[in-house]
Amino acid sequence: MQTHTSTTAARPGDQPVVEALDLCIDYRIGKEWLNAINGVTLKIDPLEIHGLVGESGSGKSTLALAMMNYMASNARISSGQVNLDGVDLVPKPATEMRHIWGRDISLVPQDALASLNPAYTIRDQIGEVMQQHMGYSQAEAYAHAVEMLTRVRIADPEQVARNYPHELSGGMQQRVMIAMALSTQPRLLVLDEPTTALDVTTQAVILDLFRDLIHDNRAAALYVSHDLGTVAQLCDRVTVLYAGEIMESAPVHDLYAKPLHPYTAGLLNSLPRKQQGTNTRLYTIRGVAPSLQERPPACVFADRCPVVLDKCRAEKPPLEATPDGRKVRCWRWQEIARDELDLLPEPERIPEVTQKARHEVLEAAHVSKAFGNADLLDRLLGRAQPPLQAVDNVSMRIQSRWTLGLVGESGSGKTTLARTIVALIKADSGELELYDEPIALDLTQRPQEVLREIQMVFQNPNDALNPYQSIGQTLRRTITQLSKERLSELALIQRVEDLLLAVRLPADYADRYPTEISGGEKQRVAIARAFAANPSLVVADEPTSSLDVSVQAVILNLLKDLRAREGSSYLLISHDLDVVAYLADEIAVMYLGEIVEIGSSDAVYNAPSHPYTEALISAIPEPDPTARDVTIRLQGDVPSARNLPQGCRFHTRCPRKIGAICEQEAPPLRDAGDGHLIRCHIPIDELIELQQQPPQATLDDEKLITPEDGD
Amino acid sequence: MTTTNKVDVGPDAPRPFPLRALRTILSILRQLAERPLSLIGSLMVLVFVLTAIFAPVIAPFDFDQIATGPRSAPPSADNLFGTDRLGRDVFSRVVWGAREIILLPGIATAISVLLGATLGMIAGYMGGWVDEVISRLFDSLLAIPAMVLALVMLATIGPSAAGIVIVIVLLYTPIITRVIRSATLTVRSLGYVEAARLRGESTLYIIVREILPGILPPLVVEAALRFSYAIFLTASLGFLGLGVQPPSPDWGRMVGEARNNYFQAPWTMLYPALAISILVIGVNLLADGLRRIFRYEGQL
Repeated sequence: MQTHTSTTAARPGDQPVVEALDLCIDYRIGKEWLNAINGVTLKIDPLEIHGLVGESGSGKSTLALAMMNYMASNARISSGQVNLDGVDLVPKPATEMRHIWGRDISLVPQDALASLNPAYTIRDQIGEVMQQHMGYSQAEAYAHAVEMLTRVRIADPEQVARNYPHELSGGMQQRVMIAMALSTQPRLLVLDEPTTALDVTTQAVILDLFRDLIHDNRAAALYVSHDLGTVAQLCDRVTVLYAGEIMESAPVHDLYAKPLHPYTAGLLNSLPRKQQGTNTRLYTIRGVAPSLQERPPACVFADRCPVVLDKCRAEKPPLEATPDGRKVRCWRWQEIARDELDLLPEPERIPEVTQKARHEVLEAAHVSKAFGNADLLDRLLGRAQPPLQAVDNVSMRIQSRWTLGLVGESGSGKTTLARTIVALIKADSGELELYDEPIALDLTQRPQEVLREIQMVFQNPNDALNPYQSIGQTLRRTITQLSKERLSELALIQRVEDLLLAVRLPADYADRYPTEISGGEKQRVAIARAFAANPSLVVADEPTSSLDVSVQAVILNLLKDLRAREGSSYLLISHDLDVVAYLADEIAVMYLGEIVEIGSSDAVYNAPSHPYTEALISAIPEPDPTARDVTIRLQGDVPSARNLPQGCRFHTRCPRKIGAICEQEAPPLRDAGDGHLIRCHIPIDELIELQQQPPQATLDDEKLITPEDGD
Repeated sequence: MTTTNKVDVGPDAPRPFPLRALRTILSILRQLAERPLSLIGSLMVLVFVLTAIFAPVIAPFDFDQIATGPRSAPPSADNLFGTDRLGRDVFSRVVWGAREIILLPGIATAISVLLGATLGMIAGYMGGWVDEVISRLFDSLLAIPAMVLALVMLATIGPSAAGIVIVIVLLYTPIITRVIRSATLTVRSLGYVEAARLRGESTLYIIVREILPGILPPLVVEAALRFSYAIFLTASLGFLGLGVQPPSPDWGRMVGEARNNYFQAPWTMLYPALAISILVIGVNLLADGLRRIFRYEGQL
């Protein structure tokens, strides 16, 4: 095993750290073997961060684990090689791989908490890797673990080393995983969606850390993600995977500047961007990705391609190398390279929302909700914890034919606020008014006329529909429950058909069951259900966060169309500022149960902003590798809502904190004009001036975060 | 690939409801048949059920007919499992006994499932003080050891078929309630239940139409498991003499009575004991198979 030789020395020449050669992987489904990865050749050079992009089902995780010669129990490598420093791993049995995993190849998984053993301290777990692979004694391993924790910029590493995983926040757990992965100075680091479960501000910090550490460690890395933004921010080269085949592979700048494959172009075009006018449709890729059983024999993308030829359905295009060192699998890449094909049609405009006089649909005044979660015994024994103040005295109003976007990190209370409005959660106090009439905070007290007007689209399409009822049954029941008048059988059938057509589904879907349709289609049915009785307000809670990029564009377009057609208003909750900016007329930013800024989308996106909004926007990973010079990084985690900070709630993390006043006094709500409100001690004029230049505090790269920030 | 359980419902469209349910049942049976252990379990249960139904045809003698042959005679062509001290045919008694050992626990399990599912869904869906009352009440019932409760109950109301049913219902309803309550809590927070609340459905509608189908998998598995325990409990009570009173052929009582005579006539004890074991194992294998099909990993 020559992999024993020094792993830190830079290697001369062109020898890649790891390469897959013509790799094919099959899965056993039932009794047959189905091909999942088909003839993939991929190599990663020393110091390279290689991005692997694909939608769900593309095989990207399978391929990433295969690069470690790790297979699910029902998968097999049917042909091909995986070479680590020139040695083929595929024939090696697991007993031999065990010496390579963790030493030469490390994995940083998506879910850090599930990957850490809850029964051992952090230093035990990091130390174990080094004791196992590097022959360290326990004392040496502990010392080294602390050193590793320092390198992933954890303040007070001595303390964290003695902690158990559940005592750390999500961001800290992910840092620990990185420390563990790097502790043996591996040749290859496999990062499988390592930031997907994290908030955008934490994600930005972790991505910075990856970039620095991977280069310091002289390792190579494979970064797997569905998020074109983070890939643009982190990677040097990008490979786009679709239906188990490489569509395109290129240096990151080339790929984003000029995609050569229609699929890559489609993915990039379907991303919502804030520059886009709010009355244009997003580009969408038609159809859905094929399942393992139904992959086309020739070009796998042919059925969804906007520039498909007869040849594409007859013959599989080869993965061709272009003169400038890119690879692309398309018969027409030369035409695309010469700009002879129009891959991005002029965006369709959506009919303007008619500018009739607006009136107020919903007003919320001083809404508060705290979660006690102390059970009877705890209450009797007087050991109940202080309540968790999820929403604290929030007021807002929503106009007719208007979209209010609600953004914030997890724990900001945005979902709780939305759920108190639809009354799935009963607010503790406050008033709600619908068309200037007060409505009950308790769902069971709301009459049918109120229920009809406020409907909801849920986050997870997979549990939004009752799997035991056909789509037609679900829609019919909703219509009959909520309609003003009793509909005849014929009118009912007609209405179901109309609703399905409005969400661009064929009418015969009424007879289908939810298990028989895709996630995107389920979300469309869920939207149809919300619109069943022409509601005034539709609350959409992260309606696209569990969907692929190409499906997300379809849903966002649909929401836009329906707003124009039905004249409804939306309350849109999302952690994705780009999604919100694309749909919303007005944005409210929440932090720890409070709205810290509210204003029109443009106003919120541009200066002056609340320092928190500024940091949120700054943390969005732009799908553009040229925009990497980001200035603001929020350190630490959101404090616990059981124990709110005194004064301004944001002062513990604020990069623009001005002094003691922030810690002692609650900031005023300042008016920046046109209903644009900012809750901050800094006067508007000064904010504008400050935000022309980057803040001082965060320029300090060595700023450490403290573990007490976790909740 | 978003199917939540392995119950295979084919992709082809329109199907009226009963046909769909039938297909689901057929699919479950097919999947049971695919796993050898589940198949064996199902066949074992099937044999006993058929035996119980066709007892008059299968049994050569009546269960209380004495002097069918010599007393305490070993198995022979006339008396397949031998005879007991009164000369009764052990085979005929085991065959007739299948009726009681399946029927009593069966009825008791059915009542427990019905009660437990209803109360569990109500506690889980309504929450609040309703949940507190139901849960605390059943917690205190569960705190009493099962056998002690059974003995005290039967000693009070006197051993009888109805007594056994009441004891089993009292013992198993809290357990089923607890399982169904936790399953309901999961289903309750799903989008489709919240959507039903948002369109103003009544509590009854939501429980019956939205929640019940979702908790059927754990309910079916739990019912099968409880059934096997109920058989065992019935047999145990019979063994202690608190089961169905003579002359009914109760397997547990048969084992208990033959115990003293074991070395002289082991068959009088062996065959009813074997029957109990085989039936309980069969039902357990079946329950295990169902759990695998539904991928239900709840606590037992």
